[in-house]
Amino acid sequence: MTPQEALFKYTLRLGDNALIQGHRLSEWCSKGPILEEDLALTNIALDNIGLAQAFLKYAADIEGKGKTEDDLAYKRPERQFYNHQITELPIGDFAVTIAKQLLISAFEVPLFSALSHSTDETIAGIAAKGVKESRYHFVHSRDWCYRLGEGTELSHSKLQQAIHDLWAYTGELFEMAEEDTILLVAGIAVDLEELRPLWKETVATVLTEATIQIPEDGTMHTGSRNGVHTEHLGHILAEMQYLQRAYPDATW
Amino acid sequence: MVIPATHSKEEIFGLLATIYDPEIPVVTIQEMGMLRDVILTETGCEVIITPTYTGCPAMGIIEHDIIELLKQNGVPEVRVTTSYSPSWTTDWMTSETKEKLKNYGIAAPIHSSCVNWLQPKSLAISCPRCNSSDTTLISQFGSTACKALYSCNSCKEPFDYFKCH
Ligand SMILES: [Zn+2]
Repeated sequence: MTPQEALFKYTLRLGDNALIQGHRLSEWCSKGPILEEDLALTNIALDNIGLAQAFLKYAADIEGKGKTEDDLAYKRPERQFYNHQITELPIGDFAVTIAKQLLISAFEVPLFSALSHSTDETIAGIAAKGVKESRYHFVHSRDWCYRLGEGTELSHSKLQQAIHDLWAYTGELFEMAEEDTILLVAGIAVDLEELRPLWKETVATVLTEATIQIPEDGTMHTGSRNGVHTEHLGHILAEMQYLQRAYPDATW
Repeated sequence: MVIPATHSKEEIFGLLATIYDPEIPVVTIQEMGMLRDVILTETGCEVIITPTYTGCPAMGIIEHDIIELLKQNGVPEVRVTTSYSPSWTTDWMTSETKEKLKNYGIAAPIHSSCVNWLQPKSLAISCPRCNSSDTTLISQFGSTACKALYSCNSCKEPFDYFKCH
């Protein structure tokens, strides 16, 4: 893997995580439990899509084949997507969405914070915006964890179950692939192993406060660094890419 | 052969300073700090803008407005580039801009150094209508990506707060 290939894949990964997460959250549009939540979840989706657009645009520049961010989003097959599997899992009920948001945003805050010091100016600039937005996302999911965890017996058990079910998808967040190692040396990427204890502490603090038990670290799902996904990504792409596949280069 | 530039950098800045933010039509993109630079090229110019929020849907409209305005004023070729560095911050807003926001009904952002992002409810945001500081945060996510929703306990009106960014 050349440094340029590593940078391309790394930037794609950042873009894909934001894109798939945003696409999933957008499913809440008009279905939120209350109006304010409908607005909140779709606003977070919008932040994600914006971040995806910025990263994928940069990825297209790095690749240097004259593609746009839309080409990368709408014309790549499943095996060339590098988003974490947790982002593609169904939104489930509100507790599942909040649990996903907590686990992901508690990772994104320190990730973007570290990447805002990347030696790659474009990544640093986008990450500097990303960190401000992901802080709002984290506070949103944290406060809902408190409310659900200490709410009714039902809301507590739903959140507990969601955290339990999602836990096995969190190991992937910290996997160091070849591109990470290459870019870490150049000061472009972040040492994910260093983020792990920070993430664990943040998540544990929130869950403890919310009276939710923290699962044991068991076998973790893996594969996204190599483009291997759960059964769900194909369904997302079938819907998301339909128009560009059926009517190539269609515009508004 | 070098084609002489049709407009000076100052002239182009002057034109662009008349473009308003499509979502907050009382402040211009220059006052918002979104207009970063103008680079003269042999056949026109490149305008560099920066987004407030990454997903800000107004960016496409702003780009369109810039190109339209400059073409109408005889700049042959206009390119708009989005830059993320330095990263836009609400701290760039002048007190005049903040006053315009307030008069429009949007509480202006507090300086980032005064904000503990982990405790948004601890922020004392004053109502832009009656100036009361007795207000309640309803949601950190409001009508647009850059605004939070509050309600005033004195005049009972809901209002937008431009989030610190
Ligand atoms: Zn009031």
